Amino acid sequence: MADTIRLELVTPERMILSEDVEEVIAPGVEGDLGVLPEHAPLLTALRVGELGYRTGKQTDYVAIVGGGFLEVNDNKVIVLADDAELGQEINLDEAIERKLKAEQNLDKERKADEKAFKEAEVRLMKELTSVQIAEKYRR
Amino acid sequence: MPGVMDIKRKIKSVQNTQKITKAMKMVSAARMRKAEEAMNDARAYANKIYELCCNMAEKVDSESHPFLAEKAEVKNVCLAIITSDKGLCGAFNSNVLKKTIAFINENPDKNIKFVMVGKKGNDAFGRRGNEVLEKYITFGGRITYDEAGEIGDKLVEYFMNEEVDEIYTIHNEFKSTSVQVGKITKVLPLSFEAKEAADDSVDYIYEPKADALLKEIMPRYINFTVFFAILESIAGEHGARMIAMDNASRNAGDLVKKLELQFNKARQAAITTEILDIVNGAEALN
Repeated sequence: MADTIRLELVTPERMILSEDVEEVIAPGVEGDLGVLPEHAPLLTALRVGELGYRTGKQTDYVAIVGGGFLEVNDNKVIVLADDAELGQEINLDEAIERKLKAEQNLDKERKADEKAFKEAEVRLMKELTSVQIAEKYRR
Repeated sequence: MPGVMDIKRKIKSVQNTQKITKAMKMVSAARMRKAEEAMNDARAYANKIYELCCNMAEKVDSESHPFLAEKAEVKNVCLAIITSDKGLCGAFNSNVLKKTIAFINENPDKNIKFVMVGKKGNDAFGRRGNEVLEKYITFGGRITYDEAGEIGDKLVEYFMNEEVDEIYTIHNEFKSTSVQVGKITKVLPLSFEAKEAADDSVDYIYEPKADALLKEIMPRYINFTVFFAILESIAGEHGARMIAMDNASRNAGDLVKKLELQFNKARQAAITTEILDIVNGAEALN
């Protein structure tokens, strides 16, 4: 019985993470899910949200911005995300600014057509996630 | 026989050109390294998403999703031609264009529509009365996944509207710095080699169901295919340009050597005539 599970996080543009961790908490489309070592093979879609991983007492967070997939197989968690940002790397001030911009944009699109509004909504959600995670690291 | 000054001017001009080609070579080398890195970074994702698609496609009926169903009759074909925006890169673009012409000749009964990624493809095919659905020209040698996603979304849209029955991309496959090969890839409808996955197939827990997941993953797979093809093309372009510019610099060097020889000969000839003149003049005094 292994006490760690390998977590690999890749986006189309780069490999973000490759680490042995003790637990992964991921934002699945049907609810958050925790993955412990020796998990059964699983395949699920991810929504925009935060992905946490624990090593010892330390928990780190990654912002999954853009959705993606998570595969568990062979004691390995592979996350394919459209885009992602490591919690430590998010600049809080910049993230807040982006969030504000997204909010304004949402207001503007509210009167426009539905598709643009939806897109703006998703964008705001992504920025919100980034801000939330960045705040965790500020403390 | 050109004069000494003429040759000198010519040498200067060739040397100037050589400076430019050398600089271009350096720039291309640096860009290629970057592009190659981006490509290698993307490769992890490439392998994984293909594997997942194979695995899932095997579990669902190929009729269940329009992306997977082959059309009974293929009339309209869309070719996405990925070329560079700039020239001076050897046979890089003609690789792709030759492939395209070959494809057109092989399929005379089909109505071919184009999507141009890169200026050179558009220059070659855009003006011959061909139907061009979409043009992407100014991404300038760099591309983000989002930009490629837009292209991918458009392709999917054409396919879903039944404007086209099949979609192919034609791009340069990056074999190595000096070798790029034109390659045709079928994008839609998707066909995965289910056999390969069958041997070590794992029984996954799907959440949500496999067909719903597949619906999510397939557009991403298409976008990614486009993205990766463009990455390969960019890396190849810089590689090809580097080699082309290296050759050009070397040729310029050869030319300078030849011209210098000519210059020296001309100079010597001039000196000889001058001495003869002096000798003759001295002789005349006696």
